[in-house]
Amino acid sequence: MAADRDASTELGERVQRAAGQGTPLDIVAGGSKGFLGRITQSETLDVSAHRGILSYEPSELVLTARAGTPLAEIEDALAVSGQMLAFEPPHFGPSATLGGTVAGALSGPRRPYAGAARDFVLGVKILSGEGRPLSFGGQVMKNVAGYDVSRLMVGAMGTLGVLLEISLKVLPRPARDATVTFAMDAPAAIEAMNAWAGKPLPLSGAYHDEDRLHVRLSGTAGGVDRAIERLGGEAGDGSERWRALREHTLAFFDTELPLWRLSLPAATPPLALPGQTLIDWGGALRWLKSDADVSRIRPAVAEVGGHATLYRNGDRHGDVFHPLTSAMLALHRRLKASFDPKGVLNRGRMYPAL
Amino acid sequence: MASGRVDRKALVAEFRAFLDADSVLHEAEDLAPFECDGLTAYRQTPLVAVLPETIDQVQQVLRVCSARKVPVVARGAGTGLSGGALPLADGVLLVLAKFNRILAIDTANRTARVQPGVRNLAISEAAAAYGLYYAPDPSSQIACSIGGNVAENAGGLHCLKYGLTVHNILELEVVMVDGERLTIGAQSLDAAGYDLLALLTGSEGLLAVIVEITVKLLPKPECARLLLAAFDDVALAGAAVGKIVSAGIIPGGLEMMDNAAIRITDDFVHAGYPTDAAAILLCELDGTEQEVDDQLALVSSLMSECGCTEVRVAADEAERQRFWAGRKNAFPAVGKISPDYYCMDGTIPRHQLPTVLTRTAELSQEYGLPVVNVFHAGDGNLHPLILYDASTEGEVERVEELGGKILELCVAVGGTITGEHGVGVEKIDQMCVQFAAAELQHFHAVKNAFDAGNLLNPGKAVPTLTRCAELGGMHVHGGELPFPDIERF
Ligand SMILES: Cc1cc2nc3c(=O)[nH]c(=O)nc-3n(C[C@H](O)[C@H](O)[C@H](O)COP(=O)(O)OP(=O)(O)OC[C@H]3O[C@@H](n4cnc5c(N)ncnc54)[C@H](O)[C@@H]3O)c2cc1C
Repeated sequence: MAADRDASTELGERVQRAAGQGTPLDIVAGGSKGFLGRITQSETLDVSAHRGILSYEPSELVLTARAGTPLAEIEDALAVSGQMLAFEPPHFGPSATLGGTVAGALSGPRRPYAGAARDFVLGVKILSGEGRPLSFGGQVMKNVAGYDVSRLMVGAMGTLGVLLEISLKVLPRPARDATVTFAMDAPAAIEAMNAWAGKPLPLSGAYHDEDRLHVRLSGTAGGVDRAIERLGGEAGDGSERWRALREHTLAFFDTELPLWRLSLPAATPPLALPGQTLIDWGGALRWLKSDADVSRIRPAVAEVGGHATLYRNGDRHGDVFHPLTSAMLALHRRLKASFDPKGVLNRGRMYPAL
Repeated sequence: MASGRVDRKALVAEFRAFLDADSVLHEAEDLAPFECDGLTAYRQTPLVAVLPETIDQVQQVLRVCSARKVPVVARGAGTGLSGGALPLADGVLLVLAKFNRILAIDTANRTARVQPGVRNLAISEAAAAYGLYYAPDPSSQIACSIGGNVAENAGGLHCLKYGLTVHNILELEVVMVDGERLTIGAQSLDAAGYDLLALLTGSEGLLAVIVEITVKLLPKPECARLLLAAFDDVALAGAAVGKIVSAGIIPGGLEMMDNAAIRITDDFVHAGYPTDAAAILLCELDGTEQEVDDQLALVSSLMSECGCTEVRVAADEAERQRFWAGRKNAFPAVGKISPDYYCMDGTIPRHQLPTVLTRTAELSQEYGLPVVNVFHAGDGNLHPLILYDASTEGEVERVEELGGKILELCVAVGGTITGEHGVGVEKIDQMCVQFAAAELQHFHAVKNAFDAGNLLNPGKAVPTLTRCAELGGMHVHGGELPFPDIERF
């Protein structure tokens, strides 16, 4: 295991140099999310040396770590105290780091019930596009001093700053997890998932694949047992199944076809699009593998109030993320310019114009 | 900003082209009700107040103000405690009170689409028929508006478990300073592009005017039980909070009151509190009945291990409501015994509770001003209430000084000057203590990306660098922080 190290000074100098010369940088740590976003060809800014957990106080429910810290190292440290990252981030490979997870706003199956990566970010330290270190937010649960720049960094794909340190809220692991499975088609599953989400049940996951609906329950032993009784279905442990869903290692994800990530209002009935769909997040996330044209997929998704990301495969030079309206894009560009005036950080990774 | 720069008559005439006479106020007596928000120490009548009722009218108001370079302050219900909605002498007050309709409740998706002037509690009342509610519950929930909640990122008694406003909203319709309408966020759980929903939440009316909000609704917990634990030492009560969390329990609510607060509120609402206790913890556990039973047993035994003098579990719903009534009425109760009080809002890492409470007591002695503590113990959000009498010569100044000291103490132990009430005009100087020039500059850059002319709520929330430089002598940066002897992170 590489040693913990503060590499922020050298990273800062490197960004300053790049800004001076106007040469764009691709921010890379573990390289596990290389597939995500648009393909760019810039010089690499390797932030993986900047790693290490800086503070973790289980009774405070707060952990602060350098961005290059492996996600696995953080999860191991939390597990020792019976705690977890409640947004259940996918790793997509053993080299996954905290920085990449936050920059990509990656959240797993627990997201609709516990919250997303952005919901757990309390503070960040970043390098601006001029290589200046800046701190926003903090290590406390409630903080409304100044604009919420910390959460703005989540999902910005590194285009607004190089993440150096991140403070996260963490949560206790539930005493018990169980999975119940039902034979059901997609329309029925969407209805069931949403009906149950409207009831006081300890849900922590709900997905549908191959005519099976899988529901995860988490909580106290008594609470989970009672919920199993109420829901019925076939009960089991299922932990391996949820990991496979999270890591995209279920058979569904084994494909060369374009894989689309459709984020929709949860109760939306199945969309009439060609291809196969796996439904996660209680209906709010639909994975679609399809070679249907983008001009067919995006309008259908926008029509129901959602957005579509070309997650894997397909044309990585085009609009991978759902295009923004011109007014929104203009606002994004102004924000980008305010953090990265020379446009050196992950230029073009998210949108061609950012 | 100098007043008299803008021609009031001409402005009124322009507004009257699309608003009726009742919706354009400019006479002193009509403007008086709007001269302050919940921070009554600051008062100012605006040049003009407008009360539009359609998004189109809001767009027109902002177009007029942009063209004339007139500043605009948005106002919800005016319950803010940091002077965020304080009018400007040469500015327009944009009152959103007429936007008071719940537009849709979507039970399948568990969302409500509402106008910004809708009262926080009205959303939960409307959703109750479907077994749903809107989780953030500020103590001001019968009065404050959801638009104001978004602008302040309001919290409540249950936000330890259910999150703040930012965690419970999905989509905003906003009007930019030039009158352009934008959709921020989405009806889905995330949106394309940057997380502008988070950026707008808590932006105190400086970035855009919020004209519509889609909030998430949650299923009402099947049951909720309230446990009261009494301690003869405040530090023990503080430690007990950490114990509960470390044991893997996130209570629905976890509040603490010190002896002064216990006595004052018990006199006021007869909650039945143990009035000789140094501190009490109110711990609400909610969920399904089995979950609550499991957790109640665990918390009860933990409290005994933590050296509490007494544990009571509210026997029934009536007693639960009575226990909560004390906490919820703490501010009015204090208002009853003191001519004036000033509410602070710092957040600290929880393990610093004993240090901060001790220091606060020392400061209170030093200034000869009583301080009462009631607060959101679960997330370390303190609300020290400083009791005073504004009619006593020089007392207001001393209160502000003491308040400033308490906030600086919060920063010194690794916390923040405001957990949920916002910076407004009130804490603008303490922003210079919490942030260095580089960060403040970036806040201004963010503002500039939305409102290059600095017309939306100018002078609030983020101090100018010049202001901080002038204060520099008072607040020492780097090397010599205030409270140098306090242990830091
Ligand atoms: C007794 C009492 C108890 C309180 N308890 C709590 C509590 O428990 N938790 C908590 O968080 N707060 C609490 N507050 C503070 C206050 O109620 C909240 O800050 C609330 O969110 C303010 O809402 P409002 O509608 O009154 O906003 P206002 O006071 O009218 O405005 C607040 C700020 O929001 C801006 N604003 C308002 N509406 C809009 C809009 N539509 N678009 C853009 N900007 C807008 C204003 O410009 C201003 O900066 C309490 C206040 C009181 C008086």
